[in-house]
Amino acid sequence: MNAPRLAVRDLSAVSLRDGNRPILRGVSLSVDIGEVHGIVGESGAGKSTLAKAILGIIPSQVKLTGGSIEFEGRDLLTLSPRALRAVLGRDIALVPQDPSTALNPSRRIDAQLTDGLRRKRGLSVRQARRRARALLEEVQIRDPERVLTSYPHQLSGGMRQRVLIAAAFGLEPKLVIADEPTTALDVTVQKQILRLIRSLQERHGTSVLFVSHDLGVVAKICDRLTVLYMGRVMEQGSTADVLTAPRHAYTKALLAANPRYDRPDTGLEPTSPELIAALRAEIAAFDAGVAEPRRG
Amino acid sequence: MADDLLVARGLAVSYGRSRGLLAPRQSAPRVLHGVDIRVGKGETVGIVGESGSGKTTLGRALLGLVEPAAGSIFFGGSDITALDERARRPLRRRMQMIFQEPMSSLNPRHTIGRILVEPVLLHGLAKSRAAALTLVNGVLDRVGLPRDTVDRYSYELSGGQRQRVGIARAVVLQPEFVLADEIVSGLDVSTQAQVLHLLKELTREMHLALAFISHDLSVVRSICQRVVVMREGRVVEEGPCERVFAAPAAAYTRMLIDAIPLPVVDPGWLARGAATDTTGTR
Repeated sequence: MNAPRLAVRDLSAVSLRDGNRPILRGVSLSVDIGEVHGIVGESGAGKSTLAKAILGIIPSQVKLTGGSIEFEGRDLLTLSPRALRAVLGRDIALVPQDPSTALNPSRRIDAQLTDGLRRKRGLSVRQARRRARALLEEVQIRDPERVLTSYPHQLSGGMRQRVLIAAAFGLEPKLVIADEPTTALDVTVQKQILRLIRSLQERHGTSVLFVSHDLGVVAKICDRLTVLYMGRVMEQGSTADVLTAPRHAYTKALLAANPRYDRPDTGLEPTSPELIAALRAEIAAFDAGVAEPRRG
Repeated sequence: MADDLLVARGLAVSYGRSRGLLAPRQSAPRVLHGVDIRVGKGETVGIVGESGSGKTTLGRALLGLVEPAAGSIFFGGSDITALDERARRPLRRRMQMIFQEPMSSLNPRHTIGRILVEPVLLHGLAKSRAAALTLVNGVLDRVGLPRDTVDRYSYELSGGQRQRVGIARAVVLQPEFVLADEIVSGLDVSTQAQVLHLLKELTREMHLALAFISHDLSVVRSICQRVVVMREGRVVEEGPCERVFAAPAAAYTRMLIDAIPLPVVDPGWLARGAATDTTGTR
C-alpha cells in the first residue's frame, strides 16, 4: 500500500491577533512510511505553526482556516478530542527544540521517562523503569542508571536531547515531529544527535517530519524537502533535487546566502530586492486568489 | 610583528568564588589557561570553539571586562592589563564591542538616536548634539538604516535592523578594534548574509581590526583572515583560515570541521567521524 502516513492538504491558518494575517497559505505535503521529510524556511515561514497544527497544539491566537491533516487516512482536524488524544502521544511524538526547557526541572529523569510508558503503554512501575533503562541504552547513553537518577540540570544539552529522543521514540510512535532538535547544540553533538535520530528512525521504520532553518542539517538527514516562505510552499522534492538543482529562485537565494567553509568565496550573497519584490508579488497573488476565487 | 594592534600573552581567567575573606585562593575554577592571541591592525581574526571553550571569556578579558588572573594584554604597544577605570577611559572609544543579543544590549527606554548620539558626545567626537546627529546620520546611511531610525525604539526593529544598530554604535566612535561575539547566531541566513557583508566592508573601509567570536566555522571562514580554535580554555590551533581549513593540524579542529553539515547530499556523512558518545554531564 502506498498511502502516505501523513498527508497535509491545502492547510491554511491566520493570526487572529494580527488582523487575520495569513500564516499558512494552502500548504500541502505528505510524509511516507519510513521517510524523513524536512521543512525548511526562515523565521515567519510557518514551519513551527505547521508542526503545532499536526500536534494539535496551535496557540489560541492562531486559527486554522482550511485544509486537512490526514494521519493514516483519518483527518486529525475532525477527530473528537478524545480520539485525538489517543493518536497524539501514542502514534505521534515530538522532539522539541530546546532540551533545557522541555524537561521538568524538578523531577528526576526516571519519573519523566516512565510517565508516558505507564499512561500510554500501560506498563507497571517496574516494567516502565526497565523499559526506560533500555531506551537510554538505545540512545547510546553509557551510564543509564546514573542518568535515570539525575535531574535535568545535572545533564549536558546533548544528554538532555538524548533523553527527549528516548522519550519520543520510546512509545514507538509512527510519526515523530522533530522541531529544530539540534539548534541549541554544538556541532559535534549535533552530528551525534542527527545520527541517532536517523538510526532510530531506520530501525523502527518511523516517519519523521524534521523542521529546520539549516539547509546543511536537512541535507544530511532528510529524504525529501519542502521549502516554505511566508507560509507558502516554494518548492518540494527529493533532497538531492532541491539542493543540487533548485527550481525556485527562493531556494537558490537561500543556498547562495548560506556560507560554506569549503567555498569561502561564495555564500553570504544578500537576497536581491528584485527577488524579494517577486516573492511578495507571488504571495499577494495567492492571497488575492483566496479572497476572490476564480470562476469556472 | 610590527603591525600588531592587540596582543595577549599567557592570559588566564578564573571565575566563581573570587578572593573572598573565607574562600581559599586556589579554589576559583580556571576557565582560561594561558592563552596567547594577537590581532593585527585591520586584521579579522575568528575565535571559534564549542560551548565551554572560553571564547566569550577571552573576548571579555581582551576588553578589560574581566580581570585576568595571569598574563598580559598590550594594545597599540602599551600594557593595558591592569589599568584603573580612569586610565582605561580613553581606550573605551578605541576598543568597541558588538553584542550577541542586540535586544538586550540596547536600552528599550531610549530611542536609537539617544543610544547612538550619547557615546559620540561622551567621547568628545562632536561638540554639539547637532554635530553628533550629523555623524550618526552618516553612519546610519552607511549601515543601511533609514535616518528616521533615530526616532524609534529597539523593540520596533527587526533582528537584522537591531544588529545594524549594534554595528553603527560600535563604528560611530571610529574605533581601531571591534570585538563581535556571536553577532549573527540568532539571524536567518539571508539577514546573516547582509550583516556579515556589511561588517566585512566596514573592516576594509575603516582599516578596522576585528575579533569575531563564533561557533559557526563556515561563517568564520567566509569573513576572517586568521582563526584561533579554542577548547576548554586553551588554544588548540591557530593560523590563516586558508591553511587551517585545508589542512588542520589538530585532531580537534579536524573533528569540528567534519561535523559541519554542508548543504550537499553525502550519504556517508552521518556515519563518519565524531565521537559516538560524549557522556559528559556538564
